[in-house]
Amino acid sequence: MARATDTRVGLYRTVRLIRRFEQRAVDLVDTGDIVGGIHPYTGQEAIAAGVCAALRDDDVITSTHRGHGHVLAKGADPARVLAELAGRDTGLNRGRGGSMHAADFAMGILGANAIVGANAPITVGAAWAARHSGSDRVAVSFFGDGAVNQGVLLESLNLAALWRLPVLFVCENNGYATTLPVGEAVAGTITGRGEAFGIPSVTVDGADPVAVLTAARTAVRRARAGDGPSLIECLAYRFDAHHTWEHRARMRYRSDEEVHSGRLRDPVTIQGARLADAERERVDAEVESTLDEAVAFALAGPHPDPGGALDHLYASGLRPRQGGDH
Amino acid sequence: MPRLSYLKALNRALADELARDPAVFVLGEDVRVGVSYVTAGLAGKFGPERVVDAPLSEQAFTGFATGAALSGLRPVVEFQVPSLLFLVFEQIVNQAHKFSLMTGGQACVPVTYLVTGSGSRTGWAGQHSDHPYSLFAHAGVKTVVPATPADAYGLLATAIRDDDPVVVFAPAGALGVRDDVEYADLVAVPLGVGRVHRPGTQVTVVAIGHLVQDALAVADELAADVSVEVFDPRTVYPFDWDGLAASVGKTGRLVVFDDSNRMCGIGAEVLATAAERFDLHAPPARVCRPDGTVVPFAPALDRAVRPDRDGLATAILKVLNNGRRP
Repeated sequence: MARATDTRVGLYRTVRLIRRFEQRAVDLVDTGDIVGGIHPYTGQEAIAAGVCAALRDDDVITSTHRGHGHVLAKGADPARVLAELAGRDTGLNRGRGGSMHAADFAMGILGANAIVGANAPITVGAAWAARHSGSDRVAVSFFGDGAVNQGVLLESLNLAALWRLPVLFVCENNGYATTLPVGEAVAGTITGRGEAFGIPSVTVDGADPVAVLTAARTAVRRARAGDGPSLIECLAYRFDAHHTWEHRARMRYRSDEEVHSGRLRDPVTIQGARLADAERERVDAEVESTLDEAVAFALAGPHPDPGGALDHLYASGLRPRQGGDH
Repeated sequence: MPRLSYLKALNRALADELARDPAVFVLGEDVRVGVSYVTAGLAGKFGPERVVDAPLSEQAFTGFATGAALSGLRPVVEFQVPSLLFLVFEQIVNQAHKFSLMTGGQACVPVTYLVTGSGSRTGWAGQHSDHPYSLFAHAGVKTVVPATPADAYGLLATAIRDDDPVVVFAPAGALGVRDDVEYADLVAVPLGVGRVHRPGTQVTVVAIGHLVQDALAVADELAADVSVEVFDPRTVYPFDWDGLAASVGKTGRLVVFDDSNRMCGIGAEVLATAAERFDLHAPPARVCRPDGTVVPFAPALDRAVRPDRDGLATAILKVLNNGRRP
């Protein structure tokens, strides 16, 4: 699979791939092949697909704890992402990162990040470096509604606007920071935070890949032209748990009615309806075939050698002292 | 022969590295004007794109440096206040330091954090007087504390060229030190290699940063009675254990002179490692800050919590007397 493309079929392929990838990954959590669980991206696929379809291969992204969709949409190999989730040496990060840290620098994926908001300044630095080198690359920071209350994100908005850097701040407002509803966490508005720094900020339907793509194209054009950052708030609904531990420990923070109605706006259905049945079925079959291969690849991969547990701790090759007798 | 000051040595190392490698840039507060002096004159010579004044957003600009480093640049981030490192512990320890391992070796983060004036400056009170090098050593971040102008030059140059994050602590107490050095003799100093400033046969004093000068003075004072070897690790992490082993192998006695808090300070680690590895003729000792020190404001109180020459002399004589007060 490659980066999401901006065609009707291309967008569908990506949302479908992410949806089915996450469902397969949840199955592997249930079987114990993925340890530590995952934060499923189910329901938010249109955002990753729409944004990454507006990018070039050499653009860069940073992602979040709920990052599989971004990584897949930017073009990482699903088999290697899944192998990473399964902690195998054949994973993107050689089993050193797992679900929350998938990275593929060759594809411009500067890593998913498990600290909410922490990727924002990293993105701003990457954007500055791009401009510094004379490139018109853009950098995208994906983050959730929880991140908009992190000071470092607000500092990052300021830096990006101050220095007119080519950044897309993509806020995925899925309604909840873990269990806390956005209405009980966010004073003011999310776009208001961008506007306070003079950053053009829009709210779009995050269930529709075309709506996201349209907003992302405008923001990318602005960024490449040297006109600075943009903020896109994408309204979405998280279909599944915050984290798969919720599958066992039922949290009562969303009513069944709310979840049911939230799932009615389904990105896969919305984009799928734009394809003829035969076309959609062909893509679905391709995706299943890709994922069959990905699961087989992931589960066949070797487990990392415990003797190399601290390999790569230092890029310079420094070896730390051992913890035990030496 | 020119008298080179410690600050001028740092300034010269920055200028030389900026000239040598176009990927190097300096970032921080008031760096264009050069309030701490280490960046004086650099903006005029290298321009505002390589000597970048940042707003008071320490977390954002420290994270920004990670993003720039992930994109191939070599940022040097200056902090004028040591306690700001607590504010950016997340960005250094949890982000920059972890990228190499978490990405399975895909990424390196060659950022240098330069702390100009670490430790007490007398009269700057609780939130400007910390000297937190042991904290970074504990976290596994490469940490250097140069004691002399030549080492300040050489270790800063090496830190900038190193592919991992490195924190360079320039102790406030060392900023006034001057060396007779030919500029042409200034060279990069490898990390992890200590230096014996004064050979001796009866006791090894491990002195760190500005305390090296005090240790040398005490060694002189006691010279008629005791032969003191002054060992300066220069790099706190990775520590030159072999260098220390050679020294203690000769003297058989050990005192650590360390401006860290006693609990879990580098002094504690040196004594623990000595207990594991070395044949000591007498119980070792350390002279450091009290547990959990908050530096009080009034000068007499500030001095009361600092490791000093009297404390060192007492400790040396006690160790010479097999752990009993003479």
